[in-house]
Amino acid sequence: MDHASIMIFSLAIYSAPYSSQASYTAYQFAVALLSQGHSLHRVFFYQDGVHNATNLAAPPQDEFDLQKAWQQLAKDYQLDLVVCIAAALRRGILNEGEAKRYDKASHNCAEEFTISGLGQLVEAAAVSDKLISFGY
Amino acid sequence: MSTLHTINKSPYAHNALSSCLKVCAMNDGILLLEDGVFGALISAPGAQELQILIKHGANVFALVNDIKARGLEEKVAPDIKLIDYNTFVQLTLDHRCVQSWY
Repeated sequence: MDHASIMIFSLAIYSAPYSSQASYTAYQFAVALLSQGHSLHRVFFYQDGVHNATNLAAPPQDEFDLQKAWQQLAKDYQLDLVVCIAAALRRGILNEGEAKRYDKASHNCAEEFTISGLGQLVEAAAVSDKLISFGY
Repeated sequence: MSTLHTINKSPYAHNALSSCLKVCAMNDGILLLEDGVFGALISAPGAQELQILIKHGANVFALVNDIKARGLEEKVAPDIKLIDYNTFVQLTLDHRCVQSWY
């Protein structure tokens, strides 16, 4: 394998922020791989990982804001941040469309995050050279 | 080619490391991260098995940020290499696949 070549990564995140360190580890791994010039095809938030996408979290101002960091990274590198729809609906992570569909008063899926199906994880595994899982 | 095993749970509380050691091949790599870095202690459960594996050619790594965050720099067993995130990325490329134990 030619290590100097650009590789395609995807990440799968299974943990909520604050309940374990895993989503922060995943973020730092993403920063490192992008800084090395590799490509990040998709970040897939599954199971409790969907909590990374709520725009109602308000962490103290002197703490690292992981969600803002993901959003900034997504803007800087045009990342595809995908939230599993089945996991998200169960945990109350809704975008405008899903809120309408389920007759909910509000929606909370943060900008830069897209709600989509598990097929996006399968596609990411098929397209990427490496799929790295960050378990709870 | 070989597998990189990542372990993010402390061996004092979980069996992620011991489960991994049961299937880890001699030419595999093991990366300890998050609370998994407690597995790098000389006195950790599984430390002897880890040293045997290292003597037979396996590479064992620990994420230096997580070691430092827990104040374990002085307590890491011999031949466990401390690495940063850039090396973590490179390790995933040096191995055929990555198995996350959690």
